[in-house]
Amino acid sequence: MIRETFLLAEREIRRNVLRSSLTILGIVIGVAAVITMVTLGGGATAQVASDISSLGSNMLQVRPGQGFHGPGGTRSAAPRLKIEDAEAIASDVSGLAAVAPMASGSAQAIYGNANWSTSVIGSTDKFLQVRNWSLAEGRGFNEGEMRAGKNVCVLGSTVRKELFGGQEPVGASVRLQKLSFQVIGVLDSKGQSGFGTDQDDFILVPLRTFQRRIAGNNYVRTIYVSAKDGVSTEKVKSDIERLMRERRRITHGEEDDFNVRDMKEIMVALTSSTRVLTALLAAVAGVSLLVGGIGIMNIMLVSVTERTREIGTRLAIGALEKEVLLQFLVEAVVLSCFGGIIGIILGLGAAAAGANALQVPFLFNAKIVVIAFLFSAAVGVIFGYFPARKAARLDPIEALRHE
Amino acid sequence: MKPENYHQNTSYKLITLQGVTRVYGQGRVAMYALRGIDLSVDPGEFVAVMGSSGSGKSTCMNILGCLDTPTDGKYLFEGVDVGRLSRDQRALLRRHYLGFVFQGFNLLNRTSALENVELPLIYRGVPVVERRIRAKEALASVGLEGWETHTPGELSGGQQQRVAIARAIVTHPRVLLADEPTGNLDSARSREIMELLTAFNRELNITVIMVTHEAEMAAYADRRVHFLDGVIDNGHDSERKNK
Repeated sequence: MIRETFLLAEREIRRNVLRSSLTILGIVIGVAAVITMVTLGGGATAQVASDISSLGSNMLQVRPGQGFHGPGGTRSAAPRLKIEDAEAIASDVSGLAAVAPMASGSAQAIYGNANWSTSVIGSTDKFLQVRNWSLAEGRGFNEGEMRAGKNVCVLGSTVRKELFGGQEPVGASVRLQKLSFQVIGVLDSKGQSGFGTDQDDFILVPLRTFQRRIAGNNYVRTIYVSAKDGVSTEKVKSDIERLMRERRRITHGEEDDFNVRDMKEIMVALTSSTRVLTALLAAVAGVSLLVGGIGIMNIMLVSVTERTREIGTRLAIGALEKEVLLQFLVEAVVLSCFGGIIGIILGLGAAAAGANALQVPFLFNAKIVVIAFLFSAAVGVIFGYFPARKAARLDPIEALRHE
Repeated sequence: MKPENYHQNTSYKLITLQGVTRVYGQGRVAMYALRGIDLSVDPGEFVAVMGSSGSGKSTCMNILGCLDTPTDGKYLFEGVDVGRLSRDQRALLRRHYLGFVFQGFNLLNRTSALENVELPLIYRGVPVVERRIRAKEALASVGLEGWETHTPGELSGGQQQRVAIARAIVTHPRVLLADEPTGNLDSARSREIMELLTAFNRELNITVIMVTHEAEMAAYADRRVHFLDGVIDNGHDSERKNK
């Protein structure tokens, strides 16, 4: 009987292809939207996570000021960091892989006729290690260059491309603010970050060189600290905080005038916010699925009215109430499942195209595909039931007389 | 297609109506469609039901077809009191014992003649291969061999009614109820339909009860029953024709 019912439903759907396709359009769009949103959202979340771990996942940042606390905060009033702070952290805190103090500014870089506005970062050779950079060519700074503040530099791949094109940069000289810097190395490319900024667009110079020749002060903007593998970043964080409170003479009960940020915390915060965004978008898409369900109910009701005589004939021939109910219900469920399958295919296609366009990874999410399919089946049952019951309860005499 | 044994037992009453009344509405607005009908039909009989519109003949047909139940009185089908059956039980009774032919054919649109004829067999749970064979045979018996794949839209009125008759007799029903089967057809087509009904009545011993207002069609029947204002009009000729 069930097999026959499916056969009848399938025959019914084939009998009116245009109406059937219009009926499922809402479901198709709803399911496709949900699948696209969730798949793209998952890809974006993964992208953000991988961007942050490319900065160094066991990295901490020490900055002056109170960080995110309070409106306005006291960041500008807080005393600056010094190179000595970085040296103290490196010698007094255990379990560290590298410590890199960093300062930055922007400058015009000139080579021959080429001219490129970029940011200049002053740091040590440890910077590459802490931020997971690798050299494509040449070498990093040596001890002597860093201590003496020599005019040497390492180029990000964007700067290399803009200034040198196809030419060999290592050994050449680049002008930065009327000073000549010898290029000693070029970095590998990291590409765009998840936030859309070009990570390769900078020139790295020794910190002392930056302070003396470019910034004209002895400030350090950020101290990057990377923990050794297997060392808890929470412990490192609290050790640094204790040391910095001591060095900055913050008495008990006073608030920190610096902040130590663990990249893991930032990663968690950012990925959870992309997840919330994804859930919101999926919910909006879910509403269109609901609207699709109402569309099915609407068309099924029209179909019941239109087929009143047919229902009357079936009842007269000896169809039971529950058989007519089942027939219409199966019809609605077959339609909505069919819509669901088409929606899943379209949604995955759109997600793949979208992932390509937005440059986020395409992550196939089997769970959401199954959920979307079951949801579309449920929509068929819920919104098909009322019209089906209406059909089943028809009086055969009235139905046969219906024009 | 062999008639089953009890069809030959002519002393047996297949259908008995005893004082059947059908009232629509209640109290002051009550409308009496039937006011005490006594009628019995023998197995294998061909009965023509006649009367003007509003005479109660359609109401009586609905009751005979188990689509409606009497307000008062008894309808016995093979001794079973139909008035006491539930809606589903009456549906099963129709499924297994009755066949219907309507004035407006009531075929399923955009569905082939063969699939239309198969429909009652689907509800009977006849397996697909047997169903095909029986539906084809039924179509051949109404002279529509080779028309299996045509949909109602591609058939003439007379052909559509023949498909409907094939659908009604494919289950070998005990009773075929025909409600003005020739009402929408010209006289040549009408005579073809009446010949088919007569043939099924004679050869398969299927009891036929037919509503008509045309005397020419009623003449094919063994017996004519006239309705007038909700009762059977005994003043009219309602004796049996010699078989």
